[in-house]
Amino acid sequence: MSTPAIEIENLGKRYMLTAARQRSRQHHYVALRDVITERLKSLVSRKKSETSRKEEFWALDGVSFTVNQGDRIGIIGRNGAGKSTLLKILSRITEPTRGRITITGRVASLLEVGTGFHPELTGRENIYLNGAILGMTHEEIRRRFDEIVAFAEVEKFLETPVKRYSSGMYVRLAFAVAAHLEPEILIVDEVLAVGDAEFQKKCLGKMEQVSKEGRTVLFVSHDMQSISLLTSRAVFLDRGKVEAVGPTSEVISAYLSHGAGAVAEYTAPPDPDRPCITAVRAITSEPGQFQICGKPIRFEFEIATPRPLRGASFSFNIVGADQRRQVHLWTFDSEHPMLREAGRVRLVCEIPNLRLYMGGYTVTCYFSEPPGGEIFEHLEGVCPFEVAMFGQYREFPWQPGTCAYLEDCNWNVVPV
Amino acid sequence: MSSSGRKLVIEAGRADLRYWRDLWQFRELFYFLAWRDILVRYKQTSIGIAWALIRPLLTMVVFSFVFGRLAKMPAGGVPYPLLVFSAMLPWQFFASALSECSNSLIGNANLISKIYFPRLIVPASTIIVTLVDFLISASILVGLCFWYRYFPGWRVLALPLWMILAFGAAMGAGLWFSALNVKYRDFRYVVPFLVQFGLYVSPVGFSSEIVPEKYRLLYALNPMVGVIDGFRWAILGRPGGVDWITAGISLLIVAALVFSGVTYFRKVERLFADVI
Repeated sequence: MSTPAIEIENLGKRYMLTAARQRSRQHHYVALRDVITERLKSLVSRKKSETSRKEEFWALDGVSFTVNQGDRIGIIGRNGAGKSTLLKILSRITEPTRGRITITGRVASLLEVGTGFHPELTGRENIYLNGAILGMTHEEIRRRFDEIVAFAEVEKFLETPVKRYSSGMYVRLAFAVAAHLEPEILIVDEVLAVGDAEFQKKCLGKMEQVSKEGRTVLFVSHDMQSISLLTSRAVFLDRGKVEAVGPTSEVISAYLSHGAGAVAEYTAPPDPDRPCITAVRAITSEPGQFQICGKPIRFEFEIATPRPLRGASFSFNIVGADQRRQVHLWTFDSEHPMLREAGRVRLVCEIPNLRLYMGGYTVTCYFSEPPGGEIFEHLEGVCPFEVAMFGQYREFPWQPGTCAYLEDCNWNVVPV
Repeated sequence: MSSSGRKLVIEAGRADLRYWRDLWQFRELFYFLAWRDILVRYKQTSIGIAWALIRPLLTMVVFSFVFGRLAKMPAGGVPYPLLVFSAMLPWQFFASALSECSNSLIGNANLISKIYFPRLIVPASTIIVTLVDFLISASILVGLCFWYRYFPGWRVLALPLWMILAFGAAMGAGLWFSALNVKYRDFRYVVPFLVQFGLYVSPVGFSSEIVPEKYRLLYALNPMVGVIDGFRWAILGRPGGVDWITAGISLLIVAALVFSGVTYFRKVERLFADVI
């Protein structure tokens, strides 16, 4: 099972950014007119033309990793980390500047859903056209035609131009074609973010089915939740370089701690115009934002308001590396009167015995009117801290990702 | 599955090595794109086909009137409408092939930025559509021949050769413009002007014989001169025959155009996805 499906060796992609190009980003293209004026200007002023001042930018730099056949691998990273460049190179839309990729098997990507659909053509015609664009032969499409139509549920509208389709039908048909491609390697971009819930479910279902059949799935997303659900391994890209490769949960915690790592404490000046959160602190049992499982932890929040509030509410979540909310805690004005006058208060929440399992966590908090009212401020992913298993005796080593939390309990062994 | 176990290597400069093989492998996409464009073009059948007939027909009527009646230009014993139409046919083909070709990459930007295939397929497949237009308008010529009881001789068999020359001229220039169009978007304003200008320096409304001898060489630099003269020679069988020097120059220029067009296109092709 461990034959490589995709081998990436020292991959690099360089873009040349000229001043003119950067400027033209706003217009999305370069006009000959501008190039000529630039040249003329530089001819007159004898200065080095702006267009010739080039800046190198490595969208990918020295990227190496291997994806084995049947792997479900996630690719994560912030915007501009090089994820889409990597996908573009993998699907051969653009060439790398250096390095090489060896791919075994046919690649298809769901980022192509509906690509090449023509509104004037009928459903039938579009199936053939789209199939050809996705790399199916005429013969293959004919063989699978009925299946595609049944999957998309458009039997009655086969001879109708797709411009008359509802958007749901359109997406179903587009997806049906892509889904019947039977690639050995499936690349799924963040298409899941668009489309309705039903479509997302279909996409996810298809991914699972594909990987169950022993085929390889490459999944690119911002959504840690679905990455952690759908993939077993992950690659974390940061500014064009591979920051971490390994089991998904480890890579995700590397990603999260990498991101917020510097900010252990959140602070903001009070807003003169509206209520806001001015500070969040997680005071862990150990220094360096380390918390030992089973020890007390304290959270401190400071909230401020320029005007008296009626019924202020505050709640927060402790969020795991997979973006799952593990703990939800709250307090209301009715329990603890707060900010009934303009000013600032500190809310202190103590958890005597934090049972969360080892892993990386962050805090998400909401400062609002009573449920249903206005949300003054919503902070996400602040105060990252790491829970470690330490000083807790066990015969076996602790494995990451075993569970969400450890419960107190009493064991008894009784004779029967 | 048939394709399993197939190895694909992606590295810098690799696409160049297998370019022509890829082009062959993607031939089905080529058929489909051409098929799509033809379908879309003739979807509203009445307008689609009528347009291919009306445009050259009206131009022919106006040209015959202006050049034949008003300017009284010599036709060499051939009915003037026939003289005009036998030139109109290749010119119209060239003009629309060139314009369609130039816009083809921009028009298919969503394909180009999302999937891989040799980009040469896009401009090439648009010319096929124009070829269908050409065949439809050719039926007018057949009708005209019957009307004037003017039947071409054996030379008409050479028509495909002249067609290839016209195809080459449109393809070569079209490749240049389509690639330049991606790089500099304001190039699209150049093409319509060029087409309009070309109509006057090509022997569409008149016969090549009225061009003074001393300008002939300069005149022959326009490759469509050779093509149009060739068409007239093949269809009307003019006694003067084809000017072989002109034809030779046209052939050389078309060859240079195609070669440089393909080379330039290939050179900038890899940047398309980044720029478009």
